[in-house]
Amino acid sequence: MNKLVLIAGGSALVYATLALVMGVLPGIELSLTPAGPGVEPLTPLQAEGRDVYVANGCSYCHTQQVRPLPQDKIFGRPSAPGDFAYQTPELLGSERTGPDLTNAGVRQPSTVWQYIHLYNPRAVVPESIMPAFDWMFKVVDQAPAGTAPVPLPKAYAPARGVVVPGHQAEALVAYLLSLKQPALPDSGSDASATPAVGSASPTNASTTAATAPATGAAPAAAVPATGGADLTKGQALFTANCAACHQANGEGLPGAFPSLKGNDVVNDADPSGQLHAILQGLQGAKVGGVVYSSPMPPFAGTLSDVDIANIVDYERSSWGNHGAPVTAAQVAAERAKGK
Amino acid sequence: MPSEASVVQTSMEGHHSSESEDSSRVLTSVFVAYTAASTLWLLFATAVGVVLAYKFGAPDFAPGEWLTFGRLRPIHTNATFYGWASLALIGLGYYVAARSCGTPLYSAKLAWIALVLFNVAVVAGTVALDLGYSDGSLEYREWPWPIRLIFLAGLVVTAMNLIGTVARRDTEDIYLSNWYIIGGVLWASTFSLVAVLPWYQYGLGQVSVSGFYMHNAVGMWFTPLTLGMLYYALPKTLSRPIYSYALGVFAFWTNLVFYPIIGAHHFLFTPLPWWLQTTAIVFSVAMLVPVWGGSTNFLLTMRGRLRDLAHSYPLMFILVGVIGYVVGSTQGTFEAFRSLQEVWHLTNFTVGHSHLTMYGFVNFAIWGGVYALLPLATGKFPGRLGMSLHFWMAVVGSFIYVISLSIGGTIQGLDWMHGAPFIQSVVDIQSYWVWRGVGGVLMFLSHIVFAWNVGRMCFGPSAEAAPLATVPAEGAAA
Repeated sequence: MNKLVLIAGGSALVYATLALVMGVLPGIELSLTPAGPGVEPLTPLQAEGRDVYVANGCSYCHTQQVRPLPQDKIFGRPSAPGDFAYQTPELLGSERTGPDLTNAGVRQPSTVWQYIHLYNPRAVVPESIMPAFDWMFKVVDQAPAGTAPVPLPKAYAPARGVVVPGHQAEALVAYLLSLKQPALPDSGSDASATPAVGSASPTNASTTAATAPATGAAPAAAVPATGGADLTKGQALFTANCAACHQANGEGLPGAFPSLKGNDVVNDADPSGQLHAILQGLQGAKVGGVVYSSPMPPFAGTLSDVDIANIVDYERSSWGNHGAPVTAAQVAAERAKGK
Repeated sequence: MPSEASVVQTSMEGHHSSESEDSSRVLTSVFVAYTAASTLWLLFATAVGVVLAYKFGAPDFAPGEWLTFGRLRPIHTNATFYGWASLALIGLGYYVAARSCGTPLYSAKLAWIALVLFNVAVVAGTVALDLGYSDGSLEYREWPWPIRLIFLAGLVVTAMNLIGTVARRDTEDIYLSNWYIIGGVLWASTFSLVAVLPWYQYGLGQVSVSGFYMHNAVGMWFTPLTLGMLYYALPKTLSRPIYSYALGVFAFWTNLVFYPIIGAHHFLFTPLPWWLQTTAIVFSVAMLVPVWGGSTNFLLTMRGRLRDLAHSYPLMFILVGVIGYVVGSTQGTFEAFRSLQEVWHLTNFTVGHSHLTMYGFVNFAIWGGVYALLPLATGKFPGRLGMSLHFWMAVVGSFIYVISLSIGGTIQGLDWMHGAPFIQSVVDIQSYWVWRGVGGVLMFLSHIVFAWNVGRMCFGPSAEAAPLATVPAEGAAA
């Protein structure tokens, strides 16, 4: 009997001590972490949306943690302890089958896009493997007053009637749009949610310029000197930042996102309109006589001058467009003008 | 001296008085019931797993609220953990504890009560998750907390029963298996309690508790019960004592001291305190000591008996389990390094790793234990063809599974590091997900065969038909 007490009791005691030191005490200490500057609790609707997010296991594919690693820069600044003050249950996640959502509200502020994407992700991102959450929507004959029907592409729209978001979808989108990193105090006055500049490697132009620009192997490999269009890189950046709305074929989605194909601004010899839109974003834009309600996010904080020049040159030379190419210097000049 | 002790312990079972006939029958029925229930959960959990794997290639397959990926995914993991592996290991644990101590079960009634509690918890947890009631996507503790309390109650009852059983033994010594089994049940009760109390689980505090819990649920529950079972099943099947009893004791204490500290390695590069992350990495390396110590002990116990191995499916399963233990755990140590986490963390590589450990180690060891011990309890044997089909489909299937996700996950990680558009990482891994599905289907089919074999061991024709070669130790031990 003595030996049993020793083994069972002794090992349980050792374990309980370790559980206290490694589980409970850090839990107590870290639970007291104060909210960072600008970190606000959710509104009731956003909190409801967070419950929908939890109930449907979104965080098995989407993390909400930005690591201090180069590959995470596209998702925002590194997460800080104060970011998680109001986040119970925690949703950091352990897998990134889909992109990190820490900054989803900044990257994709369009409610319309969020609805289309939730209804069926493949309607806007053909390669997506995210489940369709169409059961959060209702199909009605006519949208009730004050509610805009979701402008689905024909292939995904129901045969009859129109699709309107249900309450769960509204709450979930309200939550997704609330996902914005507040700027850290020492990160300068630059807008909210400012990831370190450049999604890939904007400053290595000088180093790679010496090597032959003809080696167009990997997209990230060669960045030619300022002014020379790197269409491969431009295409990759377009895919990462623009194609979700404007689509890979540049045609956008009718009624939801404007086409860049044959677009006057894109083909304008003076690039300032296009550059301004990319740098500062757009709201209520009128393109080809149609007013688009979806806002376009500003990219001044996330993309470097070289990146933007590459994107613009890609847009200006694709899908039958032939706008004059721009240089990074022109982007810098437009950036200097501000809003 | 220690290895002699083990011989004494195993030979204890020889003393079968007529009064123990009854208790033996009770023990058998408990063992059978736990094994049968766990097998049903294995079929359910892995059927869900196959559906999930299919959805990676066909996201619009099985649409709708109740079959959506994010709800089925925790149903798969929780049913695997708590329905299948936990119940199977507890059934084996009861048998090993009673047999190695030469005593009847302390209380059959408690065993039945716990079985009901466990099953109620898994059913309720599954239904709750499917209806969207989740305590958060907190790996392996998604069930709403009242349901987790039911499971915890089952664990406490089980701990009492096992301790009571071992307390009844006549000898002074306690055979090593019981250290691991009793330890595991007590530790699991402890961390389940830590996981369910809310007061220190807000925001980042909950993140640190998640790291603690998700790793302890594996290494302070499945690992000790599996090792405890192996320390009995392996000597029993080979009719020779464990190579070094002392090494087993050493591995027991080092595992106990090192393992609880490493949980935070699931949250490297997060805002968790840097010291917590670094401590976790250091002790992840220290884990090589109990892992290699334990697995070397098993392998040396099998030394020189390769011929028997080739003729005994229980031993083949155990051998794969031991290899899964050493390879999976060592891989875990390497994954904990910051440099390698940069590539592999958050990718599908981790999913491959978790299947290498839970499947390659725990599942194979359980199957070896069930094939070795259940026939001793029931006197009924599975057919060689059945075991062979189960073994080869499970080995080949899990091999394909782990290799494909390891490669695919690495590609994902490299895509991110090269700054490719995110969607590129989804496109690039597609074909590896197909292979994962192929492996998963083979694994699932092998479970159907296992269920058939369990049926034969529980309810099939009696012993005489059994080929002796399947369990070489049987004659010597009885």
